[in-house]
Amino acid sequence: MTTTAVRKEGPAAVTPASTVGSHVRNYVSRVRGGDIGALPAVLGLVVLCTVFAVMRPSFLTAGNFANLFTQGAAITLIAMGLVFVLLLGEIDLSAGFASGVCAAVLANVVTVFGYPWYVAVLAATVTGVLIGTVLGMLVAKIGIPSFVVTLAGFLAFQGIVLMLMDEGANISIRDATLVAIANRNLPPALGWLLAAAAVAGYAAVQLLRHRRRTARGLLADPLAVVLARIGALALILGVAVYILNLERSRNVLVTSLKGVPIVVPIIAVLLVLWTFVLQRTSYGRHVYAVGGNKEAARRAGINVDRIRISVFVICSSMAAVGGIVAASRANSVDPNTGGSNVLLYAVGAAVIGGTSLFGGKGRVLDAVLGGAVVAVIDNGMGLMGYSSGVKYVVTGVVLLLAASVDALSRRRSAATGTR
Amino acid sequence: MSATPLLELRGIDKSFGPVQVLRDVAFYAHPGEVTALVGDNGAGKSTLVKCISGIYPTDSGEFLFEGRPVSINGPRDAAALGIEVVYQDLALCDNLDIVQNMFLGREKRSGIVLDEPTMEQMAAETLAGLSVRTVKSLRQHVSSLSGGQRQTVAIAKAVLWNSKLVILDEPTAALGVAQTAQVLELVRRLADRGLAVVLISHNMNDVFAVSDRIAALYLGQMVAQVRTTDITHSQVVELITAGRSGSLGLAEPGTGHAGNAAGSTDTTSGAVR
Repeated sequence: MTTTAVRKEGPAAVTPASTVGSHVRNYVSRVRGGDIGALPAVLGLVVLCTVFAVMRPSFLTAGNFANLFTQGAAITLIAMGLVFVLLLGEIDLSAGFASGVCAAVLANVVTVFGYPWYVAVLAATVTGVLIGTVLGMLVAKIGIPSFVVTLAGFLAFQGIVLMLMDEGANISIRDATLVAIANRNLPPALGWLLAAAAVAGYAAVQLLRHRRRTARGLLADPLAVVLARIGALALILGVAVYILNLERSRNVLVTSLKGVPIVVPIIAVLLVLWTFVLQRTSYGRHVYAVGGNKEAARRAGINVDRIRISVFVICSSMAAVGGIVAASRANSVDPNTGGSNVLLYAVGAAVIGGTSLFGGKGRVLDAVLGGAVVAVIDNGMGLMGYSSGVKYVVTGVVLLLAASVDALSRRRSAATGTR
Repeated sequence: MSATPLLELRGIDKSFGPVQVLRDVAFYAHPGEVTALVGDNGAGKSTLVKCISGIYPTDSGEFLFEGRPVSINGPRDAAALGIEVVYQDLALCDNLDIVQNMFLGREKRSGIVLDEPTMEQMAAETLAGLSVRTVKSLRQHVSSLSGGQRQTVAIAKAVLWNSKLVILDEPTAALGVAQTAQVLELVRRLADRGLAVVLISHNMNDVFAVSDRIAALYLGQMVAQVRTTDITHSQVVELITAGRSGSLGLAEPGTGHAGNAAGSTDTTSGAVR
């Protein structure tokens, strides 16, 4: 109070000029106040990559780098949808097997009934939407806790996959387009083109916003910070595309293997789409509001039930996309698609990335960062020759660690008042 | 003071099943004035406010807004008339910033994209108009604000929409001394800007500090609505606890009929029985 009450300039001046220094200081004080965001995920990535790179040099090869993307893609996509559910403080335990059901529908439509790939993708996505609508209705309209509804879904969907798979047989996918999703790469030139377009688009959005805010006399991030952000994105994308465009084939004479995996632009497009929805539309604002204070949202005239149903629809639809990618990667769908560790890895990815289990806090980018951490652990431990038993334990510990970071930072921000 | 009240209620009845919560309540609020609504717990203050804001339908009675009869069938009708309620438990989202909270549910958009600069500017202008200078940044999360600042944001949210009548439910209940003074100052400023303000409060000091009129509810009946200058502290307390004070309020059970009391309190007292 004492620091704020002395400010006499009035609200026009409530936004003092921002410099790079004050920007950095703000960030540091936010982190110290418990608003750590994606920091643990980024630090975790750096530490994990360093450790694995030192212990197993093969971790750092271009081939393995490309593997990381295809290995983590399905989980990351499911986690992106889970972020929406987690933002409301709800949970979807059925997302894993929902992706399995959608993959089974895909396989049946394309292989058993012989329809073209786009019909199958559409059918799988529609299945996801239907599943989400049912789950959301049960949670919002009937009022069953989401934990119970989706636990029931977890069991039931497991059964539905079995039934669709004709009691355990697996269905292979031979459609070239579907197989390409997780197994083929973009031509190197196209990779560069897309990266350049992404950087240019990001730069345009950032600079335009900066100009509009300064033109109106509003506090904007300093230009240097904006430029640094654009530069960082350009650097990251540039290095990634360069590495992915290296030749990864063991025998170039047999086949050439280089370029950005096709799943990467798919994830990027969905990341941009959902980030836009959450940050720049009133729907996204309402999702955060319902997650922060349901009663306040209701009084503000927001249709809370509709928001609650919609997040389950988004979650299950993204699970469908994840299922399609998983089916593509395995070239087949079996009764265990979307089973075993998929759900926990996806929840773990969202939470490790910084999405709160308590609702109201999280970004779609969290799912991508957390998905990267999960993929690196899975991949690195595999290279080190650990059994899947050890992998499960380590991933479980990392999930617990992320959840405790979430709980502790929440406590800290409650104490310092900077949630 | 203006001749016609901004809001006038006549003969409002409201029952929940067999329990009659409001009986034949008359109430009015003038623009440019703070009307304090006082009464003990269970007297019907909150119910009356919820009837005004359209959350509860009334069983019978008349609503006059700016002299015209209106019917309020829901919160949207009330908001369309320019009636805003600031609730006791604030109804702010901790995880959103000040601007986001002020525009919650009524975001400004250009196309489907949120128009953040416009919203931020409007929020800044509203806070400036209320001479609020205690918030550091409009982009700080509401969770980082003090109780008084949160109340300020909630009130600013209510006046952002060119509202004509602002109802404040116990705005100072959870605040310290300095913050209470801040909020009361803000309440006074709202009235000075020409809004009709209804202040619900248990705190007699607050009531006498800012109100122009006091309306006292006792067991669902409006026992008096008088100018603050015409009444003393202890009289208000008597009205709240016993329903009458001297010639004001309900008729003495022994001294005859309601007409007796009505004659002696003249027109400034509200519904007199």
